Amino acid sequence: MKRLLGVVIFFACMIAIWEALVRAGVWSPVLVPSPFSVVRYIGQALADGTLERATLVTIRRLLIGYGLGLLVGLPLGLLTARFKVMSDTLGVIALGFQTLPSVCWVPLALLWFGQTESAMLFVVTMGTLWSVLIATDNGVRTVPPIYVRAAHTMGSRGLHTWCRVIVPASLPFIISGMKQGWAFAWRSLMAAEIYVTILTGFGLGHLLHYGRELQAMDQVAGIMLVIIVIGLLADKILFSPWERFLHRRWGTEKA
Amino acid sequence: MAEEIPKLVVESVTKRFRTRKGEIHALDSVSLTVREGEFICLVGPSGCGKTTLLNLIAGLDLPDGGQILANGKSVTGPGSDRMVMFQEPALFPWLDAFDNVMFGLKLKPHLSNKERREVATYYLELVGLDRFMYASIHELSGGMKQRVALARCLAPNPRVLLMDEPFAALDALTREQLYGDLQRIWQQRKRTIVFVTHNVREAACLGDRVVLFSPNPGRVQEQFTVELPRPRDINSVDLAQHATKITRALKRHLHPDLEEVAE
Repeated sequence: MKRLLGVVIFFACMIAIWEALVRAGVWSPVLVPSPFSVVRYIGQALADGTLERATLVTIRRLLIGYGLGLLVGLPLGLLTARFKVMSDTLGVIALGFQTLPSVCWVPLALLWFGQTESAMLFVVTMGTLWSVLIATDNGVRTVPPIYVRAAHTMGSRGLHTWCRVIVPASLPFIISGMKQGWAFAWRSLMAAEIYVTILTGFGLGHLLHYGRELQAMDQVAGIMLVIIVIGLLADKILFSPWERFLHRRWGTEKA
Repeated sequence: MAEEIPKLVVESVTKRFRTRKGEIHALDSVSLTVREGEFICLVGPSGCGKTTLLNLIAGLDLPDGGQILANGKSVTGPGSDRMVMFQEPALFPWLDAFDNVMFGLKLKPHLSNKERREVATYYLELVGLDRFMYASIHELSGGMKQRVALARCLAPNPRVLLMDEPFAALDALTREQLYGDLQRIWQQRKRTIVFVTHNVREAACLGDRVVLFSPNPGRVQEQFTVELPRPRDINSVDLAQHATKITRALKRHLHPDLEEVAE
């Protein structure tokens, strides 16, 4: 309760200072909107349904692209960890592409797919895929060999060893790779939505973009706030349960 | 009476390892026979090939020469008739104690799930961990971890138990307790046990027979039969006498020249 109170007071102070600065007229209202105008914008956008629709479009893109990235990245990571020839070839490509900021896929995606949904998905998938692949590969390589030996003596072989021993043993790496992949995917999707006008759906990035075009700072700040909140929620909903499980089982919880 | 087929036969087994520094002759035509239900201890200084031999019997590694028979059949790979208990517990951290024991049982297709759960519960109770069945591995102490590992090895009902210095990393008190537990469990459910250790006292306490290894290359030097009533107390005088005898032999094989000076 005390903790919650502290948090509430902190944020209340932040907003109060923000409001005070705006009222004092330090900056032009065109550049810094008051917190109330931001809230008003979010309220309006919610009321006329723009915000819900845009959020839905964005999240749908994100989830599909991210899902595809996982679906391809995880097995490929297992392959590169298992086969020398895969790590010598695909592993090198993955390492290279992982260092490439995923926004850099946008021009290529546009040329390949045009102004379509596929271009968006492609960018998100590319943002996810490589870091998941590398984290999986890394995780598998750090599995203590004794686990595999123990499993073999108990009669586990081949696919069973992979599914029941190697993959669970590398979970801490895989989860942190998935988290990194998510962050990359989220960033690249926003970049793509800001750069690319797409006729198939109007995402949060587009709202942000039009906010700038219309010099509607309350809209820009409001959408940014929504994007932050979605990021936080995703972290809580998608990764927290996994991380709690890992901490509980592996005993890595902070005292 | 018909001739009993020995549980394990090691026939002039040779094993070499290639390392950067050159070839290591880990085992040099080692032969050994283990009877059904026998508790045999392999003793020797580090690097004498005793762990290598255990891995060969387990099928985790293959010999360069000679052969190993388990139950009359040649060993070509690991099998759940020969369970291994390692020096580290090697428990899976993503599973709790109960599911760790269940791991090997789930690989036994002829058991029903209910039977598996009963067996796992039985063995966790046997090693005295009934209160910690659903504990995460990291919550257990070193001794408790090795108890879970023991339960995990025993649960699939292997004919042969291969133990590689399983108590080496534990404190003296816990170790003594486990000596007692292991003897009790072994007496209740007679299994063939091959136990590797560098601790002569431990070997004399646990083994029906103690096999002395010497290094460079690894060879069987001498065998001792320990005929003391069980359960044996590691601190008893009779046991100390046996241990002294074995230690003396060990020193004689290690430093043949020193012996003359001493005597």
